[in-house]
Amino acid sequence: MIIKILGVGCPKCKNLEKLMLTIRDRYNLKYEIQKVTDLDDIMEYGILMTPGLVINEEVKSAGKIPKEKEILKWLGVE
Amino acid sequence: MNWIDERKKLIGFLAIFLFIYFLPVDVNRFNDAINGAFKLLKWYANEHVILCLIPSFFIAGVITVFVSQTAVIKYFGVSARKWLAYLVASISGTVLAVCSCTILPMFSGIYKRGAGIGPAITFLYSGPAINILSIMLTARIIGFEMGIARVIGAIIFSVVIGLIMASIFPERNKKNKVKQFNNPEMETSHDIWQTALHLLILIFILVLVNWRKPLVDHGLWHLLYTARWLVTAFCGLLLALSLIFILKIRQIHVVIVVLAVLFTALLFPQFPLVSFIVAVIGISIILSMSSGDPQEWISETWGFAKQILPLLAAGVLLAGFLLGIPDERGGIIPAEWIYTKVGGNTLIANIFASVVGAFMYFATLTEIPILQGLMNNGMGKGPALALLLAGPAISLPNMLVIRGVIGNRKTIVFVLLVIMMATMSGWIYGSIF
Repeated sequence: MIIKILGVGCPKCKNLEKLMLTIRDRYNLKYEIQKVTDLDDIMEYGILMTPGLVINEEVKSAGKIPKEKEILKWLGVE
Repeated sequence: MNWIDERKKLIGFLAIFLFIYFLPVDVNRFNDAINGAFKLLKWYANEHVILCLIPSFFIAGVITVFVSQTAVIKYFGVSARKWLAYLVASISGTVLAVCSCTILPMFSGIYKRGAGIGPAITFLYSGPAINILSIMLTARIIGFEMGIARVIGAIIFSVVIGLIMASIFPERNKKNKVKQFNNPEMETSHDIWQTALHLLILIFILVLVNWRKPLVDHGLWHLLYTARWLVTAFCGLLLALSLIFILKIRQIHVVIVVLAVLFTALLFPQFPLVSFIVAVIGISIILSMSSGDPQEWISETWGFAKQILPLLAAGVLLAGFLLGIPDERGGIIPAEWIYTKVGGNTLIANIFASVVGAFMYFATLTEIPILQGLMNNGMGKGPALALLLAGPAISLPNMLVIRGVIGNRKTIVFVLLVIMMATMSGWIYGSIF
């Protein structure tokens, strides 16, 4: 699984990255976290608000840090 | 000894040593300026933090959590009606741009995937000027009419500049814009009217506690001034109801806070500020104890405070050091120098203020203490507005990013338009007030 975090470096983007790292460690998941910081690359996903969370090339959320419960659902963890 | 590896530390030590070695502590002017910096910081802490900044953070937090941004974004799409796109772009900064870091991605998105260069430019220009924090702080610190002038100027000129940009650079092909915005719908558990009501109560409280003593001793405004704490208390009760019925916070929690505030008010009737602080702390605690949206509200509020307070404090210190404090001056920059450059309301002064504002970088809200310092040193009202209109919208660093998105020619035209518009509006404003 590939997780992408879209954002040019605002505080929320960093927090989302931290959250994804914490979740990975806590549930012993294996996914790679890539940061997409180039504005053009971010626009390729068609989002307007950062941070964006992309799981397997599918945009899951944009403009806010999703709730942990939602993220776990997207990751298929219960 | 490998000096290559140690070069950073060596240079750092040398720089600090030279700085301290030549620190002009025995020069009066320098000491006055340092003194002024801390006096100004203290004045901000005394006057503006509790009643103005803290409520504003709460409002910004409410906006981020409860107002559906997806609803606004759909007006920026390719298929959106043009006039609607301009209108929404010019005013949506109040809702969307509370964090300056969201402006550039949105600008880029509207330009490349959405309604095109016009609305994108409109959004870029008005966004930083009309979020709730800048409006409140401008109105409170620099003056009510300047706050209003800033909002109106930003909204009107953002549309004008957007329209001009769109007519100079008509868009030829829309083929590469087929991809639509990809904004996953977030679940919203609140009705729009409920959200609006809740927001309105908070804004009432913010405006009431900041109500200035009017110049005349009679009339409705003066009555409101004398009764402002009473009316605030009433709004506080409305807020309590809103917390229970709209935010669905446990009744018992809200009742405890209301009783605590009431108790403090009876204990210190001559210090309404104490009750206000108790209310803020009480609300923060019950929001933190709840779950879901209310909890998110307090964490967003805290996020804004964390992000903005350090920058603002640094900006205030810098403004105090460079420009001195109200009524005393004594900054490191001579007042005469400022007066000759931007005093009065000459065309030259307005142009100078616009150009400087356009290139200078202001961190969130720091334009306000700096502008206040400049005005104390004799800057005219016209040039002040010119600086406010050109300042936060563009700066050298963000010009580089904009250039990357829309290219050299459009960027140059945009910057020139901003400078011209800011100069014009400053000039007109300065000759009226």
